[in-house]
Amino acid sequence: MSKVVFEKPKALADVPFHYCPGCTHGIVHRLVAEVIDELGVEDRTIGIAPVGCSVFAYNYFNCDMIEAAHGRAPAVATGVKRSLPESVVFTYQGDGDLAAIGTAETVHIAARGENVTIIFINNAIYGMTGGQMAPTTMPGQVTTTSPYGRDRKIQGSPIHVCEMLSTLDGTAYAERVAVNSPKHVIAAKKAIRKAFDMQLNKKGFSIVEVLSTCPTNWGMSPTDALKWVESDMIPFYPLGVYKDITKEEA
Amino acid sequence: MAKKVLMKGNEAIAEAAIKSGCRHYFGYPITPQTEIAEYMAKRMPKVGGLCLQAESEIAAINMVLGAASAGVRVMTSSSSPGISLKSEGISYIAGCDLPCLILNVQRGGPGLGGIQPAQSDYYQATKANGHGDMHLIVVAPASVQEMASLTGLAFDLGDKYRIPVMMLADGALGQMMEPVDFEGIGCETLPEKPWAACGHGGKRKHNVINSLFIQPEELERTVIERFERYKVIEENEVRYEEYMTEDADIVIVSYGITSRICKTAIANARKQGVKVGMLRPITLWPYPKAALRRLAETASQFLTVELNMGQMVDDVKLAIECKKPVSFFGRTGGMMPSTDEVTAEIMKLAKGGNN
Repeated sequence: MSKVVFEKPKALADVPFHYCPGCTHGIVHRLVAEVIDELGVEDRTIGIAPVGCSVFAYNYFNCDMIEAAHGRAPAVATGVKRSLPESVVFTYQGDGDLAAIGTAETVHIAARGENVTIIFINNAIYGMTGGQMAPTTMPGQVTTTSPYGRDRKIQGSPIHVCEMLSTLDGTAYAERVAVNSPKHVIAAKKAIRKAFDMQLNKKGFSIVEVLSTCPTNWGMSPTDALKWVESDMIPFYPLGVYKDITKEEA
Repeated sequence: MAKKVLMKGNEAIAEAAIKSGCRHYFGYPITPQTEIAEYMAKRMPKVGGLCLQAESEIAAINMVLGAASAGVRVMTSSSSPGISLKSEGISYIAGCDLPCLILNVQRGGPGLGGIQPAQSDYYQATKANGHGDMHLIVVAPASVQEMASLTGLAFDLGDKYRIPVMMLADGALGQMMEPVDFEGIGCETLPEKPWAACGHGGKRKHNVINSLFIQPEELERTVIERFERYKVIEENEVRYEEYMTEDADIVIVSYGITSRICKTAIANARKQGVKVGMLRPITLWPYPKAALRRLAETASQFLTVELNMGQMVDDVKLAIECKKPVSFFGRTGGMMPSTDEVTAEIMKLAKGGNN
């Protein structure tokens, strides 16, 4: 008799992803789907897809999905959650979507303490449009719109999203994770589960920032991209829990 | 006997929305429509509803998109500059086939403009509320009573055709007080929305609310299907009022607050022997083209009166295929024409016509 040791999460649609080789979007999609399965909430979950590489996320999850305008997913999520308070609502957004064009929506969903979970993919670059500078592009990092390296004097400094949002009273949970190693993937899954738990327990706004790869636009092999997350991104964007009101309450 | 209550136009819309089953309002303060948010903030908690002040017009319209996706009756309101900010969201709402009510209590523009009444967003409302091939149903009330009754109609039409509806009012209608009768405005049971993204409950495949169609063939097909629906709306939902048109030689075309000024001017001109009447569009989209074409067979000329530099005048010319002369008279920037000014304009045309 054979035993199933690995299978696709039920909340994940049985279709091929369109992502580039070595891109970690697929891993994060899977982690979100695993958490939805574990909690048994697919039937009352509504996901909000962004504009960016993960724009087609609405094809990849089996829960009800809405495709939002660029940066507006937190506002759309607010409209859904306030209409269906018992639903489980998550947005899945990249760094351009969340931290540039949608900064106001991001800050205010946190300020209001909406019981919504944001999965925030930080790969320090605009992927879909072909490698332009993101609000999270690091100093010195070369992109097509910072061809001489991001210069703080010219292009300003990147935004540390978890640090920023953790200052707001409405944020219940903010953690930065990475998915560049099995150890980090396991920790990322725990963080996503915790964020959904916060929402289910009506604790307020939760966000998990995932340091992710973009081998295509970074100009690296998939293996080198994973190494670059470790060597360059994590030192600049330290992993860890930035806010956890259940710890403060304890 | 139904009870009449004295209310501001803005408040009448808010109350009518609640009576029509709307329990979700998302807005952002802007003069001259802020009373709506204030009224909703007071009333919604008493009826188990929600009034949420968003961080911006952009956020408010996207909250509307979310709530409409979830299947509830929802509205937002703003005034001209705020409607421009909502344009992106309006286009997405149209592209997702979502019903909702968007109210524009117009003020003078462009830019920050002013805060006095205007009708200078006619082009925006009827031609380009957002990017892409799309329409909204646009209703234009002329009294506080009509603001209430058209609110009920707007929600019903929106749900029936899965289309966003804009009410195009102005600062005068929003701010003035008149008696309103809410008799007949209400909704016993809200329509089923099997397409909504409200959780599949394990009973169906997942619903997706989306306006992205990356294959051009698919996008074209989607747009064409939507325009088939627009055609049905154009055939069935045109609304207008005719006033003294039976024998009219001059037909005024005017909507909203301006049409009321015109009614007095028509009375004045008739006293001086001029056969003048008015067609008042109540729906600006779909536009009462057929009624105008019919009037063009008997009238000798048309005059549009608007609170702008001449916008709806184009639609009148198109409707009658320029078969009769069409003149324009208007004031803009928040200025209102007096009845004497409009009467003088009618008399000028009447005399010119006798030459």
